[in-house]
Amino acid sequence: MTDAATDPYDDRDSGVSGLGVSACPACAATPAARAAAARARTAEEAGRIMLSLPEIHCAACINGVEKALDATPGVTSARVNFTLKRVTVETEPGVAPADLIGVLERAGYVAHELDASVLSMTETDKAGRDLLMRLAVAGFAAMNVMLLSVAVWSGATDATRDMFHWISAAIAIPAVVFSGRPFYVSAWGALKHGKLNMDVPITLAIVLAIGTSLYETAHSGHHAYFDAAIALTFFLLSGRYLDHRTRAAARSAAEELAALEVPRALLLEAGTPREVALAEIAPGDIVLVRPGGRMPVDGEIVSGSSELDRGLLTGETAPVFAGPGQRVSAGEVNLTGPLEVRVTAAGKDSSLHRMADLVAVAESAKNRYTSLADRAAGLYAPGVHILSALAGLGWWLYTGDLRLALNIAAAVLIITCPCALGLAVPAVTTAASGRLFRKGMLIKDGTALERLAEVDTVLFDKTGTLTLGAPQVASLDGYAAPDLALARALAEGSAHPLAQSLSEAIAGLGVAPAEVTDRREVPGYGTEAHVAGQRVRLGRGAWVGAPARDVTTTWLAVDGAAPVAFSFTDQQRAGARAAIAGLREAGLHVALVSGDTAPAVARFAADLGIEDWTAEVLPEGKAARVAALQGAGARVLFVGDGLNDTAALTAAHASISPASALDAARVASDIVLLGEDIGPVSEAVTTSRRAVKRIRENFHIATWYNVIAVPIAIAGFATPLVAALAMSASSITVSLNALRVR
Amino acid sequence: MEVLAYLIPIALFLGGLGLAAFYWAVKTDQFDDPEGDARRILDEEYDDKPR
Repeated sequence: MTDAATDPYDDRDSGVSGLGVSACPACAATPAARAAAARARTAEEAGRIMLSLPEIHCAACINGVEKALDATPGVTSARVNFTLKRVTVETEPGVAPADLIGVLERAGYVAHELDASVLSMTETDKAGRDLLMRLAVAGFAAMNVMLLSVAVWSGATDATRDMFHWISAAIAIPAVVFSGRPFYVSAWGALKHGKLNMDVPITLAIVLAIGTSLYETAHSGHHAYFDAAIALTFFLLSGRYLDHRTRAAARSAAEELAALEVPRALLLEAGTPREVALAEIAPGDIVLVRPGGRMPVDGEIVSGSSELDRGLLTGETAPVFAGPGQRVSAGEVNLTGPLEVRVTAAGKDSSLHRMADLVAVAESAKNRYTSLADRAAGLYAPGVHILSALAGLGWWLYTGDLRLALNIAAAVLIITCPCALGLAVPAVTTAASGRLFRKGMLIKDGTALERLAEVDTVLFDKTGTLTLGAPQVASLDGYAAPDLALARALAEGSAHPLAQSLSEAIAGLGVAPAEVTDRREVPGYGTEAHVAGQRVRLGRGAWVGAPARDVTTTWLAVDGAAPVAFSFTDQQRAGARAAIAGLREAGLHVALVSGDTAPAVARFAADLGIEDWTAEVLPEGKAARVAALQGAGARVLFVGDGLNDTAALTAAHASISPASALDAARVASDIVLLGEDIGPVSEAVTTSRRAVKRIRENFHIATWYNVIAVPIAIAGFATPLVAALAMSASSITVSLNALRVR
Repeated sequence: MEVLAYLIPIALFLGGLGLAAFYWAVKTDQFDDPEGDARRILDEEYDDKPR
C-alpha cells in the first residue's frame, strides 16, 4: 500500500490515486525545474550562500571549513551540515559565492555552489517532522495502553478491568485522533472522489474499533480494542514515515542536482561583461562565453573563434570549429577562445527547453505504471470491506444480536488491517535505496526500483555514458622523438582537451618538451610557434593543410614537411566492462545507440564486445528505437547523459544517467550515478530485482497471516490478545525480511 | 491494588516527560545534522557560542 495511494504529504493529488494512475511521476524533479526561471542570485544581494562540500569526511574538516569562512571578510557566520555535506554561509552584501569557493580551495576543500532557492524545501522538512511527531505520540500511547492491556489479558476482572479500559480509552482516543489524521484526510479525499484507497479500511477499522470498545467499556464488556486501534495507527505511521523519508531523500537528491547548475551568463554592456541571472537575458543581447564555459543560450557568434564540444547535445566526440556567423545552441561547451554571442533565444525558448517538448511526448511508460503497492491496494481495499460486512451481517442474521455482529465486524477489520502491507513496500524501498546510495546511486522516483527490476534490455549511449567524453591519444608508437618533443611543447599550456591529453601522454613517455619561441594559441585552430626560424603548428587538419580523417585527429606540421597525425579515442568510463558483464550475467540484452560516426562506434562496440550497435542516430531515433523495442514487448533500461538522450530516457521503462550528464537528462532519468564509475548500473538492476522479490515475499507473508487470522476473527474467537499478536508478529516479520535487502 | 492509584499516574507522567523531551528535540532542530553533531563533540576546541 502507501505509495501514491495514501500519503497526504505527497505533492501529488493526495488520496485519489489509490486505484488510478499517479498524477506525475517526475514531480520529484519538476518543482526545481519550475523554480529555475526565477532563481539565481548575484553578488549584489546580501544573505545566504550555500555550498556543497562533497569531500568533507572528518571532525577536523568541519572546523577547518567554518574557520576559513569565518575569517573571510563579509562573512557573518558559517555552519557546516555534515549529514548533507553542505555549508550555509550568512554574508553581508557584496560577497560572491565564487570568492568563498576560492577561500575554501586555498584551505584545501573542494566546494561547489548550490542554488539556495531550489533547496529551500529540504532545509526544514515540515511534513517529515509532523509525521515524526504523530509517530512519537502514537508510540507513547501504544506503549502505555499495551501495558494496561497486559493486565486485562492476564485476568483482571470487574471493576479493575473497567478502570483499565477507561484509562486506556482516555489515552488512546486523543492519541488516535491526533496521530491518525493523515489517514482520515487521505480517506476523506478518496471518498469525496468516489474511490477507495487503503486509508478507507484503515480509518473505518480505527473508528469502528474505538466505537465498539467505548460501548463495551460503558457496558462493562470483556473485550476492548483500544490497544489494537492505537497499535494499528503506530505501525501504519511507521510505514508512512519510512515512505516519506525515502521520497524526501529522492526529492532532495533531485533538488541538489538541479541546484548544482546555477544559471548565469556574462552580459556584455558597452564592452564590459557583467554577471547576470539567465532570466534577465533577452534576445538581441550579446553574451560573452569564456573558454571552458557552457553556452547559456541559443545564438549566433558575432566575434571570436574557437572550437565547440557538442558531445552532450549530439554525441559527437570531435570538437567542431566555431567562428563568426555560426549558430550555437545552449549546452555546447566552448573550448579554446572567448566568444561573443548574440542571443536568439534564451530560457524557455532555447533549444534546451524545446527538447522538453520531445520529452513530454515520450512521457508515457512511467505515467501508466501502476506500482505493486497500488495493485495490492486495488485488490485489498474492496475485499476487506466485503469480508467484514459479510461477517457482521452473517452473525446478525444468525444470532440477531447487533452488538455481537458489530464486534465481529470490527475484529475482522482490525485483523485484516494492513499493518504488514503498509510496511511491506516502504521498509524494502528504504533498505534498497539505502544500499544503492552507498553504492553511489540516487533514486529520484518512487517506482523506479520496481520498474528497474522488470527490464530485459539495456540501451547504452556511447559518448559521456560508456566513455568519459574526454579524448585520449590512441597510440604514441612509431612517432619520432623530435616530433613528440615539439608536440608536447606546443600542446602544453593549451586548455584544449585534445592538447591537454596529448601533452600528458607524451609527458608519460618521458619526452621533454622542445625549445620553441613565440608560442601562441589561435582559438578555433590550434597553437603555433617557431623553432629554429621555422613555423610549427599543432591543430586542425584544414589549418595545417592535412587531409580530413574519420577519427578525431590533431596534426603537427613543421613548415615544409608532411604533417604528422595524432589520433584520439574517447576514454572508456571506469566500470564499463564490469557493468556490461554484470548485466549480461543478469540475463539482459545489451545494445549501444550513439549519435557518433559509424567507424568510431564500431570500434568502440567491438572493444567492449557489444554486437548490437547503431551509429549516427538522431535524438528522435533513440526514442523511436526505445518505443519499437517496447512495442515488441521488451522492457528497456536506457542509460544516457546527453540532450539527445532525454527523449529516450523518458520513453524507456527505466533510465539511469551519470552525474556528469546535462541537467535535462538528469531530470528525465530515474536514477543518477554520482561517481565516475558506471559499474553500479548492473548492481542497481540486481538490487532492484532482489528488492521486488522481497516486496512480493512480504505480500505473501501478510496474506498468510490474514489467511490464518481471518477465519479466527470471523468465527468470533478474535480476542484483543489475538489481534495484538497477529498485528505485531506480521509487522515485525515483514520489517525483518525487508532488512535482508541491505 | 491501591498502589495502582500512584503507579499509573507515575507511569503516564514519566512517559509524557519522554514525549515532551522528544518534542523539544524535534522543535530545536536537533535532528538536522545528526552525523555532524556526533563529530563536533570530538573537536578539541572549546565552543564559546554553541549553535
